[in-house]
Amino acid sequence: MRTPLRVRLSLGTAALLVYAFLYLPLLIIFIYAFNSDTITSWPPQQPSLQWFHVLFSDPDPWTALENSVQVAVEATIVAVFLGTAAAFALQRFRFLGREALNFGITLPILLPGIITGVAMTTWFTQLTQWGLPFELSLVTVAIGHATFCIVLVMNNVLARLRRTSRSLEEASMDLGADGWQTFWYVTLPSIRGAIIAGALLAFTLSLDEVIVTFFLIGAQNTLPLWILSHIRQGINFPEIDAIAVVVVSISIPIVLIAQYLAREPAAQRAVPKA
Amino acid sequence: MATYEGALPRAVTARRAVARQVRAHRRLALALVLGPPLIWMAGFYLGPLVYLLLESLWQIQNYNVVQVWTLANYTQIFSEPVWLDVLRRTVVMASLVTLSAIVLALPLAYFLVRYTRRWRHLLYLAVLIPLWSSYLVRVFAWKTILGRDGLLNTFLIGIHVVHQPISALLYSNTAVYITLLQIWLPYMVIPVYAAIERIPPSLYEASSDLGARGWRTILHVVWPLAFPGILAGSIFVFSLSMGDFITPLLMGNGTQFIGNVIADQFGIAYNYPFGAALAILPLIVLTVFLAIARRFGVLEAL
Repeated sequence: MRTPLRVRLSLGTAALLVYAFLYLPLLIIFIYAFNSDTITSWPPQQPSLQWFHVLFSDPDPWTALENSVQVAVEATIVAVFLGTAAAFALQRFRFLGREALNFGITLPILLPGIITGVAMTTWFTQLTQWGLPFELSLVTVAIGHATFCIVLVMNNVLARLRRTSRSLEEASMDLGADGWQTFWYVTLPSIRGAIIAGALLAFTLSLDEVIVTFFLIGAQNTLPLWILSHIRQGINFPEIDAIAVVVVSISIPIVLIAQYLAREPAAQRAVPKA
Repeated sequence: MATYEGALPRAVTARRAVARQVRAHRRLALALVLGPPLIWMAGFYLGPLVYLLLESLWQIQNYNVVQVWTLANYTQIFSEPVWLDVLRRTVVMASLVTLSAIVLALPLAYFLVRYTRRWRHLLYLAVLIPLWSSYLVRVFAWKTILGRDGLLNTFLIGIHVVHQPISALLYSNTAVYITLLQIWLPYMVIPVYAAIERIPPSLYEASSDLGARGWRTILHVVWPLAFPGILAGSIFVFSLSMGDFITPLLMGNGTQFIGNVIADQFGIAYNYPFGAALAILPLIVLTVFLAIARRFGVLEAL
């Protein structure tokens, strides 16, 4: 039975409206970033690059961006190692508390960031009082970010491990390779795409995170916190639009590459299940 | 025969030795892959959560946390109506955002799966992009759109719906609602799309062969099969909307949501124990939500 045209048309219109709703804010940002207006009233007045001049001559957002990138790199490295390890533990072994571990690693993205944020800030304050080196700083921010990024890498690697047949690993072992050789030459290449995809998502999520960061930051700034304080001060609004254009131009390609790498590889799908 | 009988126990012992070695090897491998994530999560996540719970049972005196056990923070929360009002308001807002997200995500996902072919993947990616393009920037964009001289007011005047710009568009609960919905909507679309995509097309044919019209198919085939996806998306949208204190801060009229009062206790009010007790409230609400989701087997599918 063909769906009546009327139904298809109304569903299509609904979908179109949802897309418009999702993209309107991004469109607005791009318009005002390339406009000379100081107050963002509609319609925009005069196309201009002046806000990019303002942005490029203001050192603060760039220092903040450097800090953000540093945090994101550290968090991503931790997340890649721990997420991959956790995926192997969950997929290749049966042990007591396996479900609990899976749930525990997923919990930081199921619970609101504010709970993670206040719990960690309380904890780090206490650890510092006990003389441990956990003063609030970019390091504590990176620890916080890594904690909710582990699940991104883990889920990507888990999905890939579930789909890859183990016959290649068995063949490698039968041919005399030891565990490490098999891991390095057979297993790792087959999950590399998933690891990189997870890492890119972790990096992007960390770069943009604001709520956990808000509670764990010391004296320094990250880019989202710089944007937040700039919005609250209410000055030079279009400078925010300009930095937004810069950030989005970095993060969207990263996400697209991640999506491409995380797709199901056709070659591996062709391997029959053992 | 005699030689064979003599060889058998030796072969068995050898095999047992190998098995023992393999088991020891696997235990070592398990310790290697399990240890680091376990230690990290215990030290940096479970530890903090437990400590937050403990902190909520302490008191602040002269700007210092005194570690004496007391339920005073909780008695205060339940005796002063303001705190439960804030919680109720937050739950209502988060529920409205979640329900609206379902209403928007279902037709979109259904449309993508059933009526697009070549463009489906691209259109799905198009849902993800806003999600990954800066949270704060999108909040900020809504500030621009809903402002007094913003796009929406200009548009409403242009089509003669109103004559004066409505200043109450921005800095209102409506503004908070619209912003939260736009920001967290993709988290609903992703699992709902995944659930609907898994429905075998033959079910639609079977349904129509058995005489079910469009709506009955949606109600009896699509809805039950999409439900786990809807529930998964609801957990994300509800939880994220509930904890978001930045959006109310930037878009609201000063009306406090649970995130704001928690953040205040860890900021200007500087009362960590009371803030910790307040943070336990959304934790309880979400635990109930997660327990329900678990009954439907949703957590395994995340």
